[in-house]
Amino acid sequence: MCGTKRKGYTAMKFRTLRRHFRESFKSLGRNGWMTFASVSAVTVTLLLVGVFVAIMLNLNKIADDLEHDVEMKVYVELAADEASTTALEDQIRETPGVAEVIYSTRDQELDQMIRDFGEDLKLYEQSNPLREAFYVKASDPQQTAKVAQTIDEYPNTYEVVYGEGKVEKLFDFLNFGRNAGLILILALLFTAMFLISNTIRITIVARKTEIGIMKLVGASNSFVRIPFVLEGIWMGILGSIIPILVVVFGYLEFYDYAEPRLRGEMIQILAPVPFLYIVTGILFFMGVFIGMWGSFMSVRKFLKI
Amino acid sequence: MIKMKDVYKKYANGVVAANGLNVRISPGEFVYVVGPSGAGKSTFIKMMYREEKPTSGEIYVDGTNLATLKNREVPFVRRKIGVVFQDFKLLPKLTVYENVAFAMEVIEAPSDSIRDRVTEVLDLVGLKSKSRMLPTELSGGEQQRVSIARSIVNRPKVVIADEPTGNLDPETSWGIMNVFRDINEQLGTTIVMATHNKDIVNRIRHRVIAIEGGLIVRDEAEGVYGYEI
Repeated sequence: MCGTKRKGYTAMKFRTLRRHFRESFKSLGRNGWMTFASVSAVTVTLLLVGVFVAIMLNLNKIADDLEHDVEMKVYVELAADEASTTALEDQIRETPGVAEVIYSTRDQELDQMIRDFGEDLKLYEQSNPLREAFYVKASDPQQTAKVAQTIDEYPNTYEVVYGEGKVEKLFDFLNFGRNAGLILILALLFTAMFLISNTIRITIVARKTEIGIMKLVGASNSFVRIPFVLEGIWMGILGSIIPILVVVFGYLEFYDYAEPRLRGEMIQILAPVPFLYIVTGILFFMGVFIGMWGSFMSVRKFLKI
Repeated sequence: MIKMKDVYKKYANGVVAANGLNVRISPGEFVYVVGPSGAGKSTFIKMMYREEKPTSGEIYVDGTNLATLKNREVPFVRRKIGVVFQDFKLLPKLTVYENVAFAMEVIEAPSDSIRDRVTEVLDLVGLKSKSRMLPTELSGGEQQRVSIARSIVNRPKVVIADEPTGNLDPETSWGIMNVFRDINEQLGTTIVMATHNKDIVNRIRHRVIAIEGGLIVRDEAEGVYGYEI
């Protein structure tokens, strides 16, 4: 008895759900211009968000590239013998925050210098005045100064150089850029939500009577709300199509243009995969969420009858 | 069927629309509610289907006290009450058939029973042939018939009608009254009708409840309209 009753209940719910889906699709067509207005609002906003997110993620990538290029150079005391140099290397490797240590002999140092400053320096090959050195990268580039200070204290360290001042300025600039980008994206998202929920609200206000009638013939709140929320989701998805296409094909074009020109450079732009999947996902789910949330918030006001 | 006990209603703007209403309406009765505009007639009617909540007092409809009813339980009580409005309140973008079927979809009725029942009530109000038309393609009287069909489709125990002939010409009004008579006599549905239509009240005699200043000033079986407006 109880079992059959439950079964009937579930079947009924499924039928109602089907009805909600059918209604939400029909309603898109019935309210043609309102649908168009809402979908356009979603499209314009997501287009902005999409382009902006693509730019920001790439700038972030470039900032990372610049940061990871920052390294320090540890000069070894001239007096240090082979054993103490090895000891120093081990000590540096074990220092917290050190990611990578590359040893360079005095001859390698001179070769590098000759390469950098010209053949004239070849005359130093007779008596090499340079020191052995370690090239050290911090696992967090922003901690370079701190790590450099620690290493400077070690015995047999002559000097640590990392471009003081310049590096700090670079980090300040990159951090500022990142924060500004994040704030801009958040502001854009907020504006998008506001804009879209307002547009959807206008479309729902136009259907205030409809909601009132639903309530008067005994529709429960969720019965009224679900088709509206589904409709919002469809509008969000429809609105995300154009921005996704524009960003995907636009970025592929841009990548084809920019990538060969940046080959071998220190900074690289993001490869289309998985980057475009991520952006597509962000835009799609933002569309769904914005549509759903906008409808939900807007219909809520009219349910109190 | 409907029982009101010491019902008071004071609106936020200070207007007292019900000042101690006591009334009892039995199953199967046909009741007119008359009175001048702004006398509390509309409030009296609206409190019966819980569009308005009384400030104090008790209102029982089919055993449920609407005064203490929780908001989320309201839909379930509304399903036992059919409501007909002066302005029809049909969904403009749905066909006649869909408008009536809508009231059954809301209560999640099986689709085959929706089909049978909607055809049945449209036949009862004489609109079977126009089921595929939109409300805007119908005359006022026909629209009101659709609205009546919608109000009775779920077999409610009470139909509450707020000035159902208020927007209709006299000829059409008589037709609508015949529909209400059929519902009352054939289906045994209780009918409460607020009206300004003197001719109807005086010619089709039923119980008359007159409301003035938020009070019931007259309650007669087989009464007359009694106002010279």
